[in-house]
Amino acid sequence: MTDQLPMPLQTGCEPSSSCDSRREFLGTAVAAVAMALTGCGKLSKEEFLQHNFRELSKDEVQTIIARLESEYKAKYGKTVKVGTEPAMPGVIFGYALDLSRCIGCRRCVHACVKENNQSRNPEIQWIRVLEMDKEEGVNLQHADQYYDPAEVPREGHFYMPVQCQQCKKPPCVKVCPVGATWREKDGIVVVDYNWCIGCRYCMAACPYGARHFNWGEPGLTPAEVNPDTHYLGNRPRPKGVVEKCTFCVQRTRKGLYPACVEICPTGSRKFGNLLDAKSEIRQVLEHKRVFKLKEDLNTQPNFFYFYGV
Amino acid sequence: MNTSPIQSAGLTLLLLAAPAFASPPEKGPKGEPVAQEGLQVPKPPFTEGVFPCTACHDGKQVKVNTQRRELAMHSEIELKHGPESRWCLDCHDANSRDNLHLASGEKVDFTVSYKLCGQCHGDKFRDWRLGIHGKRTGSWNGPKQYLLCVHCHNPHAPHFAPLKPMAPPTRPENIKLTKGVAR
Ligand code: HEC
Ligand code: HEC
Ligand code: HEC
Ligand code: HEC
Repeated sequence: MTDQLPMPLQTGCEPSSSCDSRREFLGTAVAAVAMALTGCGKLSKEEFLQHNFRELSKDEVQTIIARLESEYKAKYGKTVKVGTEPAMPGVIFGYALDLSRCIGCRRCVHACVKENNQSRNPEIQWIRVLEMDKEEGVNLQHADQYYDPAEVPREGHFYMPVQCQQCKKPPCVKVCPVGATWREKDGIVVVDYNWCIGCRYCMAACPYGARHFNWGEPGLTPAEVNPDTHYLGNRPRPKGVVEKCTFCVQRTRKGLYPACVEICPTGSRKFGNLLDAKSEIRQVLEHKRVFKLKEDLNTQPNFFYFYGV
Repeated sequence: MNTSPIQSAGLTLLLLAAPAFASPPEKGPKGEPVAQEGLQVPKPPFTEGVFPCTACHDGKQVKVNTQRRELAMHSEIELKHGPESRWCLDCHDANSRDNLHLASGEKVDFTVSYKLCGQCHGDKFRDWRLGIHGKRTGSWNGPKQYLLCVHCHNPHAPHFAPLKPMAPPTRPENIKLTKGVAR
C-alpha cells in the first residue's frame, strides 16, 4: 500500500454523510440490534472499533490485513492473501458487451463465482444472463434468466448479461447510511464488508439488481477459496453483508482482464482503460454504436452494450 | 439487427461519431509499430499429428490432384462455407501444403490464416485487428495475443458452434425450500 491513504474521494457522487456518521448512526442500541440481525455478534473488539477503510493509516491497514489473513488461515486452513492495491493513476475502467456475439453459455457467470469467492450454497451470482426474444428486442419484461436448453443460442433469441454497471452516479452509494460503499478513482464501486451494516438500502436503490446479500454464513469450502484476494474485492465475506461485481479489482489493478472477459468463448466482453485511446473499450466506443442500460435513470454507467454485427 | 426494438424498450441509443473506418492501425497496443506478420497469436489449433501436412503431401506419397472429388482421407471435413463451388485448394496450396494461399497466389503460413479470412470478411477482419471482434488475451495494459479466427470458427464450417449452457441460477423459491432461509 502506498501512502496515498486515506484515499481521496472521487468527484461529486459520494454520500454527503461523512464516514464517521456510522458511529453516530450505530448508537449502542442500534448496534446491538444490527449485531443481532446481521449475525455480527462474533465481531472481535478490534473489528468493531475498526475505522472505515478510506480513513485508515498505512499502519492500521497493515494491522487489519494481518488480522484478516490470520482469520482466513484459521477458517480455511490455507494462506489467503488480502491485497490493497490502490487505483492506478490515469485509469478509469470501462466495459462493453457485444449483444450480437453473446450466446448465453453462462461461462462468465460461473467463472465469476469461482474467482470472487461467492457463497456456493446458496450460490450467489453477480452476473445474470437474460434470454430475450429477437422480436421483442431489449425488453426486461420479456426476459428469462432461468433458460436451460440443451444448446445455446436458441433460435430467435439473444442474450444480455447484466452485472454491476459501475455507475458514475451510483444510486447505491448515495443511499448507504454509513458510507460503507463508494466509487474509487478508477471508477470501481466497492464495498467495505467490515463497515457494511447489512441494511440493504443499496440493493433497493440499484436499478440493475447487481447487489447481493449474504443471508447466511457464505457456504464456501476451503478447496473452493481463491486465495488471491483484495480487501475491497473477492476476499471471503462474512454473513450479513452486501457484495457485488468489482470488475475483479484483485485482477484488474494488476493488469489482468476480469475473469468474465478472460473466460468468454465468444469474445463478446471488452474491457480496458477509458482514458487510453488504444484500449479495446475505446475502440468499441469509437467504432460502434453503444447504449447504456436504463440510460434514462441517469446513473451514467461505465458499462456499455453494443451490436458488433 | 435493426434498431427499433431497442427504441421500443425505451432505451436511448448513444450515437457516437460515425464509424469511419480508417485502415487498420499500424501501431501495437503500446504504440510500437507492428508489421502484420508481427501480430502475436497462439499456436494454430491443429489436430494432434496432422501438421506438418507435408509428412504425407510431399508430392510422392500423396500426389497433387486438383480435381474436386470424394476424398478417401480427411473424411471428417465437410465443407459448409459459402458457395457450393468452393474447393479445398481455394485456401490450401496444392504444391506447398504447409501453407495457405491468398487470391493473389501469395503463400501464407497458418499462423496468419486471418489474412486469408480477411480477404472475404474485410469488416470482421478490421474489427478483429482493433480488438472488437474476436478476442485478445494477455493484459489490458500490456502485451496481448490475438486469437486466430480459426480458434473460434472451424474454417471448413465456420458457423460458431453452439454450446451447452452452464447451470442456471437457483430460483428463489427453491433456495427457500432447500435452505429454509427467511426472505
Ligand atoms: C476457406 C478456406 C479453406 C477451405 C475451403 C478448406 N480449408 Fe482446410 N483449413 C483451412 C484453414 C485456415 C485451416 C487451418 C486451421 C488451423 O489453423 O488449425 C485448415 C485446416 C485443415 C486441415 C487440418 C485440420 C486439423 O484437424 O487440424 C486439414 C486436414 C484441411 N484443412 C483439409 C481441407 C480439405 C480436405 C478441404 C476441402 C474439403 C479444405 N481443407 C478446405 C482453410 C480452408
Ligand atoms: C497422414 C497423411 C496425411 C496428412 C498428415 C495430411 N493429409 Fe491431406 N490428404 C492425404 C491424402 C491421402 C489425400 C488424398 C485423398 C484422396 O485422394 O482421396 C489428402 C487430401 C488432401 C486435400 C484434398 C486436395 C488434394 O490435394 O487431394 C487437402 C486440401 C488436404 N489433404 C489438406 C491437408 C492439410 C492442410 C494437411 C495438414 C494440416 C494435411 N492434408 C495432412 C493425406 C494426408
Ligand atoms: C473466398 C472467400 C472466403 C474466404 C477466404 C473465407 N470466407 Fe468465410 N464466408 C464466405 C462466404 C461467401 C460466406 C457465406 C456468407 C453468407 O452466408 O452470408 C462465409 C461465411 C462465413 C461465416 C459465417 C458462417 C455462419 O453461418 O454464421 C464465418 C464465421 C466465416 N465465414 C469465417 C471465415 C473464416 C474464419 C475464414 C478464414 C479461415 C473465412 N471465413 C474465409 C467467404 C469466405
Ligand atoms: C473469440 C472468438 C472469435 C474470434 C477469434 C473470431 N470470431 Fe467471428 N464470430 C464469433 C462469434 C461468437 C460470432 C457470432 C456467432 C453467432 O452469431 O452465433 C462470430 C461471427 C462471425 C461472422 C458472421 C457474421 C456476423 O456478423 O455474425 C463472421 C463472418 C466472422 N465471425 C468472421 C471472423 C473472422 C474473419 C475472424 C478473424 C479475423 C473472426 N471471426 C474471429 C467469435 C469469434
